[in-house]
This record gives sequence, C-alpha cells and structure tokens, in this order.
Amino acid sequence: MSSIAGNITDLPEDQERKHYLNDGTSLKSWLTTGDHKRIAILYLISISFFFLLGGIFASMIRIELTSPSGVLMESETYNKIFSGHGIVMIFLFLVPSIPAVFGNFALPLMIGARDLAFPRLNLLSWYTYMLGGLLILTGLILGGTDSGWTFYAPYSSMYSHGTVALTLTGIFVAGFSSIFTGINFIVTVHKMRAPGMTWFRLPLFVWAMYATSVIIILGTPVVAITLALIMVERVTGIGIFSPELGGDPVLFQHMFWFYSHPAVYIMILPSFGVISELIANFSRKRVFGYHFVAFSTLAIAGLGFLVWGHHMFVSSQSMYQSVVFSLISFLVAVPSAIKIFNWTATLYKGNIRLQTPMIYALCFLGLFTIGGLTGLFLASMGTDVHLTATYFVVAHFHYVMVGGALTGFLGALHYWWPKMTGRMYPDGIGKVNALLVFIGFTLTFMPQFIVGYMGMPRRYHYYYFAPEFQPYHIASSLGASVLALSFVIPGIYLTWSLFKGPKASANPWGAHGLEWETTSPPDSHNFHHIPVVTDEVYDFPGVEYAHPSHGKKKKKAKDAEGAPTSKETH
Amino acid sequence: MNGFNFPMSPDSASNFAGEYDAIFAVLTILTIVFTLLVAGLVIFFAFRYREGTKVDRSRPIYEHLPLELTWTIIPLLLGLVVFFAGAHLFVRMRTPPKDAMDIYVVGKQWMWHAQHAPSGVRENNSLHVPVGKPVRLTMISQDVIHAFFIPEFRIQYHVVPGRYTTQWFTATKAGVYHLFCNMYCGTQHSEMGGYVYAMEPQDYAKWLAEGGNDVKPMSPEQRGAAAYNRLGCGNCHTDKDTERAPTLYGLMGKTRKFTDGSSLVADEDYIRKSIVDPYAHITAGYQNTMSVYNTVDEEEILNLVAYIKSLGTSSEPKANPTLAAGKGLQTSGANYTGKPRFTDGAITYDHPKMAGPHGRNLAVGAISSEEKEANR
Repeated sequence: MSSIAGNITDLPEDQERKHYLNDGTSLKSWLTTGDHKRIAILYLISISFFFLLGGIFASMIRIELTSPSGVLMESETYNKIFSGHGIVMIFLFLVPSIPAVFGNFALPLMIGARDLAFPRLNLLSWYTYMLGGLLILTGLILGGTDSGWTFYAPYSSMYSHGTVALTLTGIFVAGFSSIFTGINFIVTVHKMRAPGMTWFRLPLFVWAMYATSVIIILGTPVVAITLALIMVERVTGIGIFSPELGGDPVLFQHMFWFYSHPAVYIMILPSFGVISELIANFSRKRVFGYHFVAFSTLAIAGLGFLVWGHHMFVSSQSMYQSVVFSLISFLVAVPSAIKIFNWTATLYKGNIRLQTPMIYALCFLGLFTIGGLTGLFLASMGTDVHLTATYFVVAHFHYVMVGGALTGFLGALHYWWPKMTGRMYPDGIGKVNALLVFIGFTLTFMPQFIVGYMGMPRRYHYYYFAPEFQPYHIASSLGASVLALSFVIPGIYLTWSLFKGPKASANPWGAHGLEWETTSPPDSHNFHHIPVVTDEVYDFPGVEYAHPSHGKKKKKAKDAEGAPTSKETH
Repeated sequence: MNGFNFPMSPDSASNFAGEYDAIFAVLTILTIVFTLLVAGLVIFFAFRYREGTKVDRSRPIYEHLPLELTWTIIPLLLGLVVFFAGAHLFVRMRTPPKDAMDIYVVGKQWMWHAQHAPSGVRENNSLHVPVGKPVRLTMISQDVIHAFFIPEFRIQYHVVPGRYTTQWFTATKAGVYHLFCNMYCGTQHSEMGGYVYAMEPQDYAKWLAEGGNDVKPMSPEQRGAAAYNRLGCGNCHTDKDTERAPTLYGLMGKTRKFTDGSSLVADEDYIRKSIVDPYAHITAGYQNTMSVYNTVDEEEILNLVAYIKSLGTSSEPKANPTLAAGKGLQTSGANYTGKPRFTDGAITYDHPKMAGPHGRNLAVGAISSEEKEANR
C-alpha cells in the first residue's frame, strides 16, 4: 500500500492502548461525545432497538395472516400493527440505518478526516432522532396510529382515530436528524478529504453517501411540510387535502410521493455503496467500470425525483401525466441494471474470498436483481393497474428494502464490525447465517408475488372470502420464522464477539481503504497524521494492470506520483 | 386449474385480461432470464475465481466501454418495449367505448353501493354485469379514498371523495368474481367487498326485470337483522353488555330497571318506544347517548322488534346479526347459479369458519346484499 499513512502504532500489547471506545467510559462521555464513531455506536444501538420493535410487529402480522379470519387480534389492532411496522421500519430503521451508523463511522475514516465537519450537529442529529423515536413510541403506547405509513388524506386527517398527530410530529422531528446528517456528509466530502483523495479516488461508499445526502436534503423538507399540513388539517380543520373542507386528496399523494419515492433511494443507495465496497475488497479488484457505478448513483439520485407519479397510476391523475412518469420510471431502472452488471463483472478474474460480508454481497446481487426487475411490472402502467396495492407490491418493495437495504446493512455490519469493536466474530456461523437470511427471505416474499398477482390486497386483515390465498400466506409465515431466526443469530454471536471474540488486526480482510490503515478500533482522532493518498481507489497490490485503458490511467497517476495534487478536485 | 385447488393466477374474465396476461408473462420471463443470468454468473465467478484456485487471472479488465454500452442499451430497449406495451393497455383501459352501459358506484366506509343506470336497480356489496357488454363505472366516495378492484377483470381505480372517477370493462366469462376495496380505508377495510356476478345477457335482463331482487322472500326476523345491521345498532348493542349500551340478547320478557327508579318488563311496545324515543326510559347504569331513530318507518320497526325478539330469552346468541344477514347472501344468487371458482364455500360469508371472526358484528355501513331489499 503506497499511502503514506504511518498510523499503525506498533505497541506490543494494546491492552492499555487508548482508542475511541475506552477514551472515557462514563455515560456522560458517551452522551456528550462529538466523536463520529461514538455517535455511530449510539445510532447502532438505537436503530437496533427500533428494528427489533418493527420486527415484532412483522411477526404479529405474519402470525395473524396464517388464518383467513385472524388469530390474535381485531381489525383495528391489526391496522395499528401494520402501520406501526411501516412507520418504525421506514422512518426509524431504514432511512437512518446505513448512513447514520456506517456512514457516520466510516465516511470520515475513508476520506482520511479526523471527524465529520460538524461534530456537534452530528450529536444533535442523534438527539433529534431519539426525540422523534420517543414521540413515535409514545404514540404507539397511547394507542397507535391506524393510517398506514403513507398517511393518505383524508383518512389520516379526518377519519383516523389513532394518535396520528403525535406520530406525525415524531416523523417530522426525526426528519431533521436525516437533514443534519445529510448536510454534515456533503460538507465533509467537499471540504475534508485528505490530500490526494480526489473525487475519483473516493470509495464508492462515499459516493453513495454523498448522493444519499443530496436526496435527503432536497426531499425531507417536502415530506416534513406535507405531514405538517396533515396535522394542520387534523388539528385546526383548515381544508388542505380533504374535499369536505375544500381540499384536494390527490395533492397529498403528489407531495407525499415526491419525497417518499426518492426515500426509496435514500434507503437503497447506501446499500449500493456498501455492496461496491464488499465486492471490490473481497474480490481484491478495482470495481469494474468505477465511473459508471459512481455516475449511475448520481443518475439514480437525479431521476429518482422525477418518477413519483408511478405510485398514482390509478389515483385519478391525468393519463398523459402517467405516461411520462412511467417512461421515466423505466429510465431509472437502467442505472440500477448498470450497477448489477458492473458488480458481476468485477468478480471476473478476481481473487475472491468468500467471507461473511461477501456472502451478504452476493445474496444482495440475487435479491436486488429480482427486486429491481419486479419493479418493471409496476412501472408499466397497464400491469400496474391490477398489481398496485396488492401483495405483489408488498413483495416487490420488501425485495428492495429487506433483500436490498437490509442485506446491505448486515453486510456492512459484518464488514466494519472488527473496525468498530476491535473484535472478530466466528466467520463460519456468519456465512451460514447469511445463507439463512437468503433462504428465509425468499421463502417469505416469493409466495407474496403469487398471492399478489392473484389479487390479495395489501393491508387486509381478513381474507375469509378468498380462502385460495391461504396456502401462500402460510408459506410466507413459515419463511418469516426462518428469517426471524436469522436475525436473532447474529445478535447472539456478535454479542459474544464483543466480549470474547478474538482481537481484530488493523486490516483483517486485507481490504484497501484508509479506514483499514488505522488501528482496530481506531483512536479517537482516527489518524495520528492525516494520510496522503497516492494510490488509486481499490488498488490492490500484486494485481496486474495490463488492460490498455487502465494502463493509460495508471501512467497519468504515475506522473502525479510523489506530488499528489488535487487536480481532479473541483 | 380445476381439480387442483392451488391456483397461481386469477381467472381471466374481461376484455383486458388477455393483453394483460401477455405483458405479465413477458415480464415474468424477462425477470427469470435476467435473474438466472446474474445468479449464474455470480455463482460461476465466485466459484471459479475464489481465493486459491489456479486459474488465469492475468489481464483483468477494469473498464470496457462497449460492454457498458451493451448492458445499458439492451435493458433500455427491452424496457421501452414493455413501456409501450403497458402504455397501450393503459390507454385502452382509460378510454371507455361510447356505447358502454353505465353503472354508478358509491364507496363509503365500509361498503359499495351500485346503481344500474337505465333501470335504477340498486345493489350493495355486489355488482351484477352482463357478459359481452362494455360497462362503464362512474365512481365517487362519500368519505375517504377507496379503490374498486376486480382481480379477475384486471381492473382497479381509486374511488375518491369530491370527484368522479371512471373505469370500464367488458366481462367475457360468466362467473362469480372477487370485488375488493384496495385502498386502505379504515377499520373494516378488508371486509369492504363482495362479489361480481358476470351473467349471460338474458340472465342479467331477467335479474334487472325482477328489480334485481334475487333475494328469496325474507322473514321479518331476517329483514329486521338487515335493518339492525344497516342502522348500526350492533355498534353499541353487542352480544354482551358494554359500557356504551346494554345487550339486547335475551331482552324480551326481562325486567328492566331504569335510571329514574322505575322498571318494566320488556315487551314489543317497550322495544318500539326505545327505538323512536330512547330517552323515555334509560336503563340503569347507562347514559342517554343513543340517537333518536324516528325516521325508521313502522314496517321496519316491526321487523326490528321481530329480530330483537328472536335474539332469544337466554344470553346465548341465537342468531348473530352478521350471520343472519349472511343467510340472505347465500341465497343472493338464487336466480343465477354461478359457482365461485375455488370453493363452494367461498361465496357464503356465513360458513362457520369463514364468517367474521369471533362472531363480530359489522359496523355502520357494512351491510349485506340483503339490505338492498330494505333499502329500496
């Protein structure tokens, strides 16, 4: 590795070595920290809690649907449970998951910075998130919201009896934590890259974080305003969305999806970034078509803002409007396809280490491919008419959100775990569990595609009038129990690893990247000296660069060697 | 899929189903082919180039513009083909023919109400249509957004408050199909539905001529059960005493104590009085929260009284309103002998295992098809 880092301190026994985890052990030192790594840990603990909560809701839904006329609860309760599942999983788990935990932890390390640009804003972001989470939790305890996570007006503003206002306030507040994180990342990437870390030497995870942050700061204010307007209508009776008060219910859907479709990319782009890291580092190879992958991320971020109307083909928007939205939706599928093919091509002639994080990455490729392609059924207007709001949609977005985003999250967790904790986990169990996630997931959601095509509407508590749906629901629930098990197992072995796991070296995976050049776990200030970057991204030693196009690039880089400049920096 | 009760696709019963299923099949094939391609390559590479294998790793490729363009342009073109096919179908779905027959649909929490245009025949939670004739639905919601979804016809459109929306179809195959509300609309969203009866034209004409009356003559108790359901009596008067209202099960012949200290043996007159002037006697332990039902006509009150009497003198529910109403539904195909596709029980809401769980009552508005009799 040719970076002039010189950060690995060769202390003989680092039992006493100060690192970010033992640099102050009081609760106060954690709750008032400005250290991006500690805030990442705070976030990891909080989102794990909310993931558990959302998972419990999911289990209740799956148990309930094994029988056509319910098992556990009344319809009203069921409606609150599925709403709670959606709200908690989306706003409190998926949106913050990878950016707030792994972005926070790894982004400054990856670009060779000592921290994010605004450490206190970062801490405020966590507190804001916790306040939002607490409000949503209070809403759940006080009776829950039954309007679904989509809050369609006028149901949410005029008819729902649940704690809608409180929940909306919680989401409104939690939105600010995303915005704070987004601003922090953008400024950090622009201003705090180490010398020599040009834009095209950025790891693709950083590109993904950057694109995600742009979407967050453009989109989140819109949903905040939209939900605030629902609250205004609900609390004061000023007509905005409800026709009874002179409002327009379809306007709500436009405003809501203007954020909530890009929000899908807020959830999946970070995962793309993780997968790029994993594929490159475990294949010991530069990502194939680095520029294409980087620019496809930006293309998705841009086009993602122009497709929201594909949620509304049957909601009485103009037919011509639908045509345009459908066309752009097909276009946005292309950059995702580019990514999949580039990742696959990266494996070619690689030197592939099949360790736990890589198994997650390979599972991701399979699951996300299905998730993406089934999106075409819904982007195509004619086919969407029948499929929209059925279990086909439920299966599709779980393929993207669980098969994509959550698999990426688990891959990232297993990849950066040694760096975050300084401990290794048992790789064998990890690998088996990754396959268990894949199997459980497929068993859960594959039947939902079929039952959705057959016409099973989403958000249905009973289906005693359509008993032909039952076998698929039972299959899905069986799969869900495997999936649940596969989330419990990492909880056990990672906890074990935290206390008993073997010590991790600075670079246990043999990965390339600045975060692997500092100790595990890193010091509070990340690097003793700010590293100077002289090599290309994913530049693995011992790999030949014989391809002509790459040779040319390499030559250019060689010219610049020794005097690293920021010539590519804008 | 006859004889094999494990269907994987909905019946194809409208003019759109053929084109729809063709596009769906193409997309399914595309999905399978591309997934197998990616999965096959990933597994092959992961196996062949795993660490430690002695294979040729020389001259690895990092960038290859022709390859990038290949996998940009091929998916794009395939996508555009599907886009045009989907758009074509959608435009067809959104352009009803001029000679379409009109049916007006009102959605409300949690029922569908339909009126057949020229004849004025009305029905609830069901839709009777002739095979082979284009039907245009003009729809509006009375409260929140609903969606009128018939899977076997591959049609669905939102039913929005404050504006009319339309959709159309031509049924191509006689049968009984699902009607779902597919836009979440509140507590009983999943039960807001019923069946679509696609009938041969002569059967439909007959059905219309009989005023849509496909219900066998009903007993006063059955009519009373329908009225009980429609007026939402069961929201408060359930099968046991609640904090809102006393149960009416076993009321007949019982001595009621009132808040003013007086008491009465419940008889027909007392029940009638309590409907039209509930504040005259307030049962001890309750408040005067009941609305006055003085617009209910006397015939209906008679039916209600008959029904409440039929609830028996024991606290054991003799006839649950939902179940009683379901009986009417069972006979609602009396002059149309279509069988549901999958199971004979599918159409009858009153099958013990398939009836509303816990013998629950349906709330306001969620009324059986039988109620159309009372409504007319």
